Amino acid sequence: MTRDKRNQRIREFFIEKTISASGIASVVIVVLIFVFLLKDGLSLFKIESIQDFLSGKLWYPISDPPKFGILPLILGSIVVTAGATAISVPIGVASAIYIAEVSSPRIKEYLKAGVELLAAIPSVVLGFIGVVTLVPFVKQFFNLPTGLTAFSGSIMLAFMAMPTIVSIAEDALTAVPRSYREGALALGATKWQTIYKVTVPSAASGIVAAVMLGVGRVIGETMAVMMITGNAAVIPKSIFQPVRTLTATIAAEMGETVRGSDHFYALFAIGIVLFLITFFINMIADLYLHREKR
Amino acid sequence: MAQIEVKKLNLSYGDFHALIDIDLSIETRMITAMIGPSGCGKSTLLRVFNRMNDLIEGVNITGQVLIEGNDILNHKADLIVLRKEVGMVFQRPNPFPLSIYDNITFGPRVHGTKNKKILDEIVRTSLEDVLLWDELKDKLHRSALRLSLEQQQRLCIARLTAVKPKILLMDEPCSALDPVATQNIEELFNKLKNEYTIVIVTHNMQQAARISQRAGFMLLGELVEFGDTRRIFTAPADKRTEDYITGRFG
Repeated sequence: MTRDKRNQRIREFFIEKTISASGIASVVIVVLIFVFLLKDGLSLFKIESIQDFLSGKLWYPISDPPKFGILPLILGSIVVTAGATAISVPIGVASAIYIAEVSSPRIKEYLKAGVELLAAIPSVVLGFIGVVTLVPFVKQFFNLPTGLTAFSGSIMLAFMAMPTIVSIAEDALTAVPRSYREGALALGATKWQTIYKVTVPSAASGIVAAVMLGVGRVIGETMAVMMITGNAAVIPKSIFQPVRTLTATIAAEMGETVRGSDHFYALFAIGIVLFLITFFINMIADLYLHREKR
Repeated sequence: MAQIEVKKLNLSYGDFHALIDIDLSIETRMITAMIGPSGCGKSTLLRVFNRMNDLIEGVNITGQVLIEGNDILNHKADLIVLRKEVGMVFQRPNPFPLSIYDNITFGPRVHGTKNKKILDEIVRTSLEDVLLWDELKDKLHRSALRLSLEQQQRLCIARLTAVKPKILLMDEPCSALDPVATQNIEELFNKLKNEYTIVIVTHNMQQAARISQRAGFMLLGELVEFGDTRRIFTAPADKRTEDYITGRFG
């Protein structure tokens, strides 16, 4: 009897410690990643000022002397992301509204499964489909020298942001208490008036979070943009030009650098910039997701 | 004069017969209370009058409900006009998560009032209707969710009077409130009955006795007895009503 009890206590002890160790491990790993990123990234600023790095207009990492100005890359990321956001937010929020508020339960099931399936497509597959179908179409339709443009990247990335936006916005809309809708309908509001004057404003913070998480996904995306946007590290003058994003730069050049070279450190410094951008976007999303009702 | 006439009303959800052969007439500018144990169909009956049951799938309604002579069960009935004329207050206060001002102007805006001056005036008179104006006149742009429950319920009533309905339906309007707040709201009903026809559903018999002029007792989907409140409570004609009122069941 007593031995059984002691064994049980020992077992409890190990289970508890294992679980807390796993919890701590995830935090430790994130901290370690950040430390290594900082260690290698910050080495660049011994030879290049932060000012020149962020606002330099030329990215020639292997010319002599090398130029490490990432402004074209930042602008590339911004243009592609802004385009993808402009496309995916209206469509994503509208389909979330349709799924949550309008569709019949049967259609709702199909649509939700469809959205989840869209999220499950690997980005390289999306990129490949984009190269084969979208790129030639954009080239022909807009009569451009090449279809590998920021615009094509935006469209493809919009598809990647959509599932995140739709499913989180839909959750937010579904969580709006039924009593709000009933109150509006009982006042003689139409279904549409109820949706856009009561339901959507009530879910506003959740919808903003959904958009931010979608944007976060777009900024961090690498494979599809590398395949579609044309990878020219120049400051874009319009969305119908090739651009190169921060992520694509790291992915494309990391294999060709010498470990410990300035170029190597510059790519890590880009990593820091990306890390900070996604960190702030996720923080904003989190802020809205957990915002107390005013 | 009767404002609501109910003739041979039957309602079922799927196989469940929730209202059985209801006949009833509700008079203008009086408080009519519907009492009965939980599940007797009193809330369902109330929700027939503004057709909120339409939101539930699988509802089947037969019979006639005339409001000011129009059959509202007719499929051609304009729900938007109906719900403007027949407002509803719910069990739990349900102000929208918007400002006090936007809560009250929601109805008028939905029905086409855009002029800022007129809206301001509506906010003022509606809040005066529910005796909140002095308390809230400087806080109109605060969120309605920050009000106390009693204030929220008053605001919900003000939101209705803003669209100038003729009938107010109250679905257990005090069940979320404490006794003091309940008393205050009941006093408000007494004032409102001079302008509106009020139908209130309550499981609180004392409340029905205190505030209503007409009362109906419902049981298992049937309207057992309907008439003058004082008579129902002092000399009920039906044994079941007497048993319920004297507390033998329920």
